[in-house]
Amino acid sequence: MRNCYINGIATLSAQPTTDPDHFLEEIIEHTTPIFKAYDPDYKSYIKPAAMRRMSKAVKMGVTTAKMALEMASLDMPDAIITGTGMGCKQDSEKFLEKILNDDEQFLTPTLFIQSTHNTVGGQIALTLGCKGYNVTYVQEAVSFEVAVMDAQLMLSETPEKQILVGGIDEIPKNSTLLHQLDGQLKTEEHINVVQLLDSTTQGTVASEGATCIVLSAEKTPNSIASIKAVEIISSASSSTIQEKINAFLIAEGMTPSDIDAVILGNNGDSNYDYYYHDIQQALFQHTEQLCYKHLTGDYLVASSVGFWLSSKILQKQQVPPVTKVNAVTASQYKNILLYNQYQGKNHSIVLMQHVHA
Amino acid sequence: MNTGVAITGMGILSPIGNTVAENLQALQNAQSSIATIEMIQTRHKEAIKVGEIKKTNQELATTLGLSDTHRFSRTAMLGAIAAKEALQEANITDIDRYKTGFISGTSVGGMDTTEQYYLRFKEEPNYRRFIQAQHAGFTTQTIAHHLGINGYVSTISTACSSAANAIMLGARMIRAGQLDRVVVGGTDALSKFTINGFNSLMILSDEVCTPFDHHRKGLNLGEAAAYLVLESDAMLQKTEKKVLGTVVGWANANDAFHQTASSANGEGAYLAMEQALAIAKLEPNAIDYINAHGTATPNNDLSEGRAMLRIFGQDSVPMFSSTKAYTGHTLAAAGAVEAVYSLLSLREQLIFPNLHFSTPMEEFSLIPQQTIQHRALQTVLSNSFGFGGNCSTLIFTN
Repeated sequence: MRNCYINGIATLSAQPTTDPDHFLEEIIEHTTPIFKAYDPDYKSYIKPAAMRRMSKAVKMGVTTAKMALEMASLDMPDAIITGTGMGCKQDSEKFLEKILNDDEQFLTPTLFIQSTHNTVGGQIALTLGCKGYNVTYVQEAVSFEVAVMDAQLMLSETPEKQILVGGIDEIPKNSTLLHQLDGQLKTEEHINVVQLLDSTTQGTVASEGATCIVLSAEKTPNSIASIKAVEIISSASSSTIQEKINAFLIAEGMTPSDIDAVILGNNGDSNYDYYYHDIQQALFQHTEQLCYKHLTGDYLVASSVGFWLSSKILQKQQVPPVTKVNAVTASQYKNILLYNQYQGKNHSIVLMQHVHA
Repeated sequence: MNTGVAITGMGILSPIGNTVAENLQALQNAQSSIATIEMIQTRHKEAIKVGEIKKTNQELATTLGLSDTHRFSRTAMLGAIAAKEALQEANITDIDRYKTGFISGTSVGGMDTTEQYYLRFKEEPNYRRFIQAQHAGFTTQTIAHHLGINGYVSTISTACSSAANAIMLGARMIRAGQLDRVVVGGTDALSKFTINGFNSLMILSDEVCTPFDHHRKGLNLGEAAAYLVLESDAMLQKTEKKVLGTVVGWANANDAFHQTASSANGEGAYLAMEQALAIAKLEPNAIDYINAHGTATPNNDLSEGRAMLRIFGQDSVPMFSSTKAYTGHTLAAAGAVEAVYSLLSLREQLIFPNLHFSTPMEEFSLIPQQTIQHRALQTVLSNSFGFGGNCSTLIFTN
């Protein structure tokens, strides 16, 4: 597959990651199983009149889109591809509750209009006036990765294009509480999230956020990293995942020892973190291992934070100490492997590379 | 012309039939399904007409042989039944033998189940298995798992153009050699959520819809699932399969005009048709028939009509019809339902009529086909448009 250069990236999360000078030096320590994103100054990116009608997901998506485009020195992308696990769930939830609680009466269309999964992609297009290709993917924990894969495919078809890819998910209040009922989230009232990865209870912690990246097939002066390969696997056992990672590396002419750092989606769920623990031991024992969900929480596009972390490491050639989970330190960062899954499903394997100046 | 990607199977479950054969029969007999709603309790019962699949969830579960603790929403069950028919027609039993993907469009996902249990999840632990089932991606994965597809599985949700975009992505992935074969299409069940959503927008008709008619009053909602099997040339050589047709053109553009309304000159629709023709390497006059989006809302039909006039020229718009008056608007599934109908048009050399048309629109002189036509058809264009400005066009040949 053709190389895919990242020319701009912006991540909004439960840490102040939208600040370009911030690289997880100082951490916000979250203490509840559900916590919100750290809000940047949305007003710098969205006019107040437009913002009043925007849900959190749209605000986060439009803001990170503008930030990423600015970094890439690009006014108008040729395509907008977004991924979201739950879509505009806040408005969707409110509309549903009104239907159920008011017996289908007194409904206004605004919530419904903004409830569709493609609202963020549509609003970014509308804000930019972009008439190009526009698709929204909704595939649980690989929603962001399948959007990246579409962009990669498009760059192999039409290498002259510049593509905006986004991943967005917001916290809907009541639907997120339901995730405590079915075991997806931890139920402790107070939890020291920074210690999440050592947790011995089931479930994880939930948050929200958005990442936008600008991709091109050709290297530009703004290129900070490249995405070499992406693979998704809908469902597999831990041993199959190990085989898949090995095969993925072989296809790239590599072995685990060629990987300088591995970024993993461990989320403290005692039922499913063995997928990570198994490869940490079997494949990457001598490789620097990094995690981020103890800082940002988990949500269906949380893996996009891994893309941000990886891009920054490849660009700066340094690792935020708070992300390190073993004692190995690489001498340089050329190849970074990302692996993520949720409840044993929707696995993603990504190879990112350093860009030579 | 672009050599395109071969279609070797199709399956459909719609208000006018449980199989491809039953759908064809209803189309040939001009048999509409649109009627008063029966399967969902809603206070809008008398104010709307819909296209329903007259099977209960229990009947669907029995058809699929699901256990009592299954996690299939209605959307997932409709999808699984239609996808199985498509695989059967393509004669695929050894799903793991080649690299096979699944790409499904849906807008409601498991909303039909969520709205039944949402207020009772707290009291009823039994229902909690459906909490995750509300997600569109979960719906797709449930179907994929049932079919035995475990590799590339994704969901596209671009409102009413979802399934068209799924077909487009599948064709692109096959052409790039990323998959050997792929099941593509979409599924959406009727739900209180969409009934009330479209009702609040005041675009639901209380009569059977009349696409492209001057007096059109809005759309009828419907529910359906439909899928195609696409296969690479290498697979065709290996298996010597019957090819039902070929998808040769595809495009997706954005109207960038309004979150729900289409622009007056149909810019997004125009761009989608123009780019699909370019991908197909075809001139507009190569199109023999258009299966229009034609929802029968005042806004869509005007915008789509103007876009067709811009592409084809004032006096050269090909024969066209909307099949929405048979099935209702099946939302995310519509692009796949109409892909199946387009392939049936090509196979049977038939143009299915646009039901209930009587008065031409004032804004232009476009008149849809009103009676069944036997024609030599080579190339059919199908449009699907959705909220968010999403406009997609597919072109099929036989």
